[in-house]
Amino acid sequence: MAVLKPSYERVKAARSNDRPMGGYYIKHMIDDFIELHGDRRFGDDGAIVAGVGYLDGIPVTAIAMERGDSIEERMRRNFGCPSPEGYRKALRLMKEAEKFHRPIICFIGSSGANPGIEAEERGQGEAIAENLVEMMGIKSPIISVVVGEGGSGGALALGVCDTAIMLENSVYSVISPEGCASILWKDSAKAPEAADALKLTADDLYKFGIVEYVIEEENRTSEEICSALKRCVKDEIIAKKALSVDELLDGRYNKFRKIGNCEDNQ
Amino acid sequence: MNVKEVLGNLGLLEYFAEKRTCKKCGAEENYSVFKNNNMICPSCGAYMRMTADERIDLIVDKDTFIETNASMESKNIIAFPEYTAKLKKAKKDSSLKEAVVCGTGTIGGQKCAIFVMDSSFMMGSMGTVVGEKITRLFEMATENNLPVVGFTTSGGARMQEGIYSLMQMAKVSGAVHRHSEAGNLYIAVLTDPTTGGITASFAMQGDITIAEPKALIGFAGQRVIEQTTGEKLPKGFQRAEFLLEHGFVDIIEERGRLKYTIARLLELHSR
Repeated sequence: MAVLKPSYERVKAARSNDRPMGGYYIKHMIDDFIELHGDRRFGDDGAIVAGVGYLDGIPVTAIAMERGDSIEERMRRNFGCPSPEGYRKALRLMKEAEKFHRPIICFIGSSGANPGIEAEERGQGEAIAENLVEMMGIKSPIISVVVGEGGSGGALALGVCDTAIMLENSVYSVISPEGCASILWKDSAKAPEAADALKLTADDLYKFGIVEYVIEEENRTSEEICSALKRCVKDEIIAKKALSVDELLDGRYNKFRKIGNCEDNQ
Repeated sequence: MNVKEVLGNLGLLEYFAEKRTCKKCGAEENYSVFKNNNMICPSCGAYMRMTADERIDLIVDKDTFIETNASMESKNIIAFPEYTAKLKKAKKDSSLKEAVVCGTGTIGGQKCAIFVMDSSFMMGSMGTVVGEKITRLFEMATENNLPVVGFTTSGGARMQEGIYSLMQMAKVSGAVHRHSEAGNLYIAVLTDPTTGGITASFAMQGDITIAEPKALIGFAGQRVIEQTTGEKLPKGFQRAEFLLEHGFVDIIEERGRLKYTIARLLELHSR
């Protein structure tokens, strides 16, 4: 990476109104995309766009968090904060992908799950928990890309994967810097300090070995970033498709199993 | 020897004579009065939060609990400000090494793997050690075909461990998945409070989900929801009874019957 920006600058970049969200990458990476709707239980969540199409001729299922552009669209998409129906739709379509041996690409970019009364009533926690446990067993390759703000459990609900990729100016964190600062220091204005402390940049996560690739953004147009990302995703899909189901699932298990392995002093 | 002498010899007399106050009604009693009543206030019936030791006493057959990974301790892995001092204080205040105690034992004669979270250690939050201990417990249970009985109480992921704490949710979920795929039973018992990343992972991944009466169970924090939506929260919002009504909990069981109910379920699922 050319210039090392302070962490909070990255957070602001990840949240920027002009920054392309998941829907952009579906539009520019996936050919003949057909959007599929609904969780078959309650409704259709506008904050998650999902469907099928081709990545350079390879049939894929693509699932993306999207906040929309116009104010009307943003309201319809709840500003990109997914509801339980969104996670359930995502899981339904991952199982459909599994049935047809189709790889899955997830695009993550959301400030987090929907903090609402209805979302709790309909089991937001249970919906995320179900995705985490079920995604561990999906017999198709899963490639997750953080394109914007990867906010906590809501982001992880599309983040159980074989390969994790982050764009250079995306962030991925257990809590927003504002939330962290207000809980720890009773002052959300200390978000920049919290952002540094949380180590949430793509660079940090690459160093921790939690993401496998970082796509550079410096001096690149959105189109150039998109095509670099597409190459990276395609290579990973080809590599993961070559594995047996056992190798794939063991690899996925071990990818997360090794994070924070502790010694026992007994 | 009478009870007083025995406790005196063990150096526990002061501990049991120590006064405790019910947070709900303010009733003040000796600790032993609460302890003998399953940590339920004898005046108002409020459920007090239990430590891991108290929970094990209540649920696990006497002298059968064998702790695993007892000495595992957290480090300040991302050099988070003030975390090292906080860990030190939590250890001192709670007399625990971390926010979960894991092990094996029998419940009503049924052998099982058991984890018990303890909110007196940094609000039961999950960092790498909590994630690792619970993961190892599920892996051990899978290897030995044992059911897992887990008691949750937690504020969620531990932010002082940054992305590592978030990833523990996925790590434990992997171990739960393998345990389940191998045909083993997992009973999750949700106790006050079970929130955030714990609700969004292993608290909600049981084959059977039991909750204690009135336990707070939810994902998003109540203050955050109020501030974001500007709406007043409905009465009983995110309490055990609310989750039962909405279909996210199988049973609400009172503390006095909890061991009996778990033992019956274990027996019913034994192979």
